[in-house]
Amino acid sequence: MAEIALKPAEYSAGVPRPAKGRPAGAILENVAGWSLATPALVLIWLMFLGPALVVIGLSFTDWQFGMPTVAWIGLDNYVELFADRVFWISLTNTLIYVGVLVPLSVGLGLGVALLIEDGLSGSRFYSAIYFLPVTATMLATALAWEFAFHPSVGFINQIFSFLGLPTTDWLKNPDTALFALVAIGVWQSMGLNMVLFLAGLRAIPKDLYEAAAIDGADSFFERFRRVTWPMLGPALVFVVTVTAIRSFQVFDTVAVLTDGGPNKATSVLIYQMYQEGFSFLRSAYAAAITVVFLAFTLVLTLAQATLLDRRTHYS
Amino acid sequence: MRTARTSLRSRIYSVLRHAILLTGGVVMLFPFIVMVSTSLKPPSEIFSPTFTLLPQEWYAIENFREAFTRVPLARFILNGLLVGATIFLFQALFALPCAYALAKLRFAGRQMTFVLVILALLIPPQVPAIPLYIGMWQLGILDTYAAIILPSTISVFGIFLMRQFFLQIPDDLIHAARIDGLSEFAIVWRIMLPTAIPALTAFAILSFVWNWNDFFWPLIVIQSEHLATPPLGIVFFDNAEAGTNYGPLMAGAVAITAPLVIAFLVAQRRFLEGFAMTGLR
Repeated sequence: MAEIALKPAEYSAGVPRPAKGRPAGAILENVAGWSLATPALVLIWLMFLGPALVVIGLSFTDWQFGMPTVAWIGLDNYVELFADRVFWISLTNTLIYVGVLVPLSVGLGLGVALLIEDGLSGSRFYSAIYFLPVTATMLATALAWEFAFHPSVGFINQIFSFLGLPTTDWLKNPDTALFALVAIGVWQSMGLNMVLFLAGLRAIPKDLYEAAAIDGADSFFERFRRVTWPMLGPALVFVVTVTAIRSFQVFDTVAVLTDGGPNKATSVLIYQMYQEGFSFLRSAYAAAITVVFLAFTLVLTLAQATLLDRRTHYS
Repeated sequence: MRTARTSLRSRIYSVLRHAILLTGGVVMLFPFIVMVSTSLKPPSEIFSPTFTLLPQEWYAIENFREAFTRVPLARFILNGLLVGATIFLFQALFALPCAYALAKLRFAGRQMTFVLVILALLIPPQVPAIPLYIGMWQLGILDTYAAIILPSTISVFGIFLMRQFFLQIPDDLIHAARIDGLSEFAIVWRIMLPTAIPALTAFAILSFVWNWNDFFWPLIVIQSEHLATPPLGIVFFDNAEAGTNYGPLMAGAVAITAPLVIAFLVAQRRFLEGFAMTGLR
């Protein structure tokens, strides 16, 4: 997304058209442009930008859902938030979730894409299998995972005990619950990363590999190091950021499998926001959590923009 | 000598490649296997200490009948279709004219409009949730189809995607249409729309998959069982069964997962192309 902002020249270039020379034509084009863009613009303000500003404003008030009065309380919500043990647990959990999920999901997605693209047979078959979880309804597959994680009859414990590995009640054990959710998240998200990497790999000009081969780079790892990896750079930055932003939004599996438990071990930012805002109806407090969440998302986007910017300068 | 060695090596590599991809593939398919297998079994086999792929006693009809009668599962699926289709129609209705204006018209404020689209693209869908909920409460439309549909009537991603597509369409086509006396409005719907069908199809798939699978927003605005979309419906079912009646529950999960999975298997290439487009940004 932020790649766009980096190339203003390309986008500010006007659409070339025969010179009309008459101001009437320009006025008509202005009218046409505005009347075609305005309905969408109004909705963008109503559904995204306006509410985002309202959330920020709301986070400085004491409003609770349904209350007749509202008062400006400055930073009080944030003071309370930063003293809130559950907030720090949720934030830490979210960061652990993202920090473990992203390398696994991106690494496995890249590995599978390389293996699929490197061979002649079965490419479509394999990409279909690995992509299947992306289209499947997360809620439904989460219930299947819940059954697979079942402590006594679950498939996972049966395999683990067959292999002589330790078993546990994965989703109820505070030490493992978050990582069980990470496993589900990796399973669900890596297929999309694979597809994005496949598109990136297919965009690499084949003559680069031929040139590298002439230079003596004929092993898989040499070709990867000299051609694939540098050429895949921008795609990699994009995939990492998108995966990080998406996994920051983790909610479905938490809400349906663990309710943030046991003992807050799987409470994450959006889940806490949901509880405060829609269960306890503390709208302003939930708005403050939303602002923190938004800030993290924007930092990730900014990091992506900076990285891509530096890369374009080097290349 | 050398070629013999490389061909042996490449054969080993090929076997290894298939072995790795197949093993990983089984892991990827495993939740689906668990889901389908469980939906075919009677409770006694589900809770037996050894896992079997196929049931000894087929119990599929009982499980699926239970799933479709205990909760209005067919209604959930219809709701999903209705909501998904309506949302996509609105998204196309608003995105196409705006994308055309951004790609092909010079108007004061075009840059600003595009900046706003990009800004909105950066805002995760959970951020506007609280104000939208308050707004809908004031309008008295919580717990209605409108509450599910309204926030998604605009897709900034759709605008962005269609704009990128329209940029590639030659201006001559538009000039010809103008010379024929078509208004800009008519150009959008009679010239641009037909040329945009491939991109629009890809976007339709993305939009439908996202909205069919969305859980967060329906969970917030819908209380009535008969208005639930598929993911919310399966949670109502899960709560009603207290999470112990796995056979019918997995049958329900199969029923709401099947439409998209089948659609994907039928139109695999279109799905993959569509999702690869999310990388265009």
